[in-house]
Amino acid sequence: MLSIGKKKMEFDQILFYVFSFWFVVASLAMVFLRNAAKAVLFLILAFFSAASIWILLEAEFLAITLILVYVGAVMVLFLFIIKMLDIDKSALRAKFAGYLPLGLMVAAIVVVEMVMVLGYNQFGLEAVPEPARHAADYSNITVLALQLYTDYVYAFELAAVLLLIAIIAAITLAHRNETNRKSQSVSQQVNVKARDRMRLVLINSKNSGESDD
Amino acid sequence: MISLSDYLILSAVIFCIGLVGIFVNRTNIIILLMCVELILVAVNTNFIAFSHFLGNEAGQIFVFFILTVAAAEVAIGLAILTLLFRVKDSISVDVINSLKG
Repeated sequence: MLSIGKKKMEFDQILFYVFSFWFVVASLAMVFLRNAAKAVLFLILAFFSAASIWILLEAEFLAITLILVYVGAVMVLFLFIIKMLDIDKSALRAKFAGYLPLGLMVAAIVVVEMVMVLGYNQFGLEAVPEPARHAADYSNITVLALQLYTDYVYAFELAAVLLLIAIIAAITLAHRNETNRKSQSVSQQVNVKARDRMRLVLINSKNSGESDD
Repeated sequence: MISLSDYLILSAVIFCIGLVGIFVNRTNIIILLMCVELILVAVNTNFIAFSHFLGNEAGQIFVFFILTVAAAEVAIGLAILTLLFRVKDSISVDVINSLKG
């Protein structure tokens, strides 16, 4: 599979293979581990390796975003849910091996097909030469921001609305009506009548005069 | 030098590992969601590799939007998961049969 056998490996090539190795190993561990919490930790390792590979591809902003958003927020959310739900570990993965042969067969076929399509004849260094590295003062964030706020500003705002809808939907789904909580009922406040506020009670004046002394 | 083919084959392998994960993890929806995340990262790697080798930043912007949508998906998915656990007291795929599909 490797076309470069004679030439000495360059440093970025060594980095690529190290990161790829840990990416694949962590992904396999995530898929085949029985413990969901350990699987999350291995997925974090896989995301870190992916971010390193993205930095090799000069996509620094997205690499940092992957670590901040995914490892920092989404994976912590996963860990929180796993620890919050008391999952019966013995029941999990009981039928683990049942679908494994079918899954492995499908995956092997897909990998072989993709390698045939994406091989070195079509996308090797001869077909797609590697572009020159950017200068040291090149800013990936500036380039992305220039496009994001001009050409893709409509999509950007749509993404913001989508996140807002996701917040509302998540809160609405997970919210449970609390019985012992004091809350404000606006409709009752608006519809209140004067007689609900003050009640006139007729009191016998003779009895009240005696008690005042 | 690392060719575009290396990156594409790597992401194809990761994609298929995620696919196997969806096949074998029939009893835990959390792991299933995590496999979907793995597949998305593989696809994003494809986008970034093409963006780098073709010198076009549109691929990176697309990845930005995919990350946004994936974050929203995870938030809603985990909310549905807690709701499901509250109602059915399990997160196995087998208990989700209310629709009799």
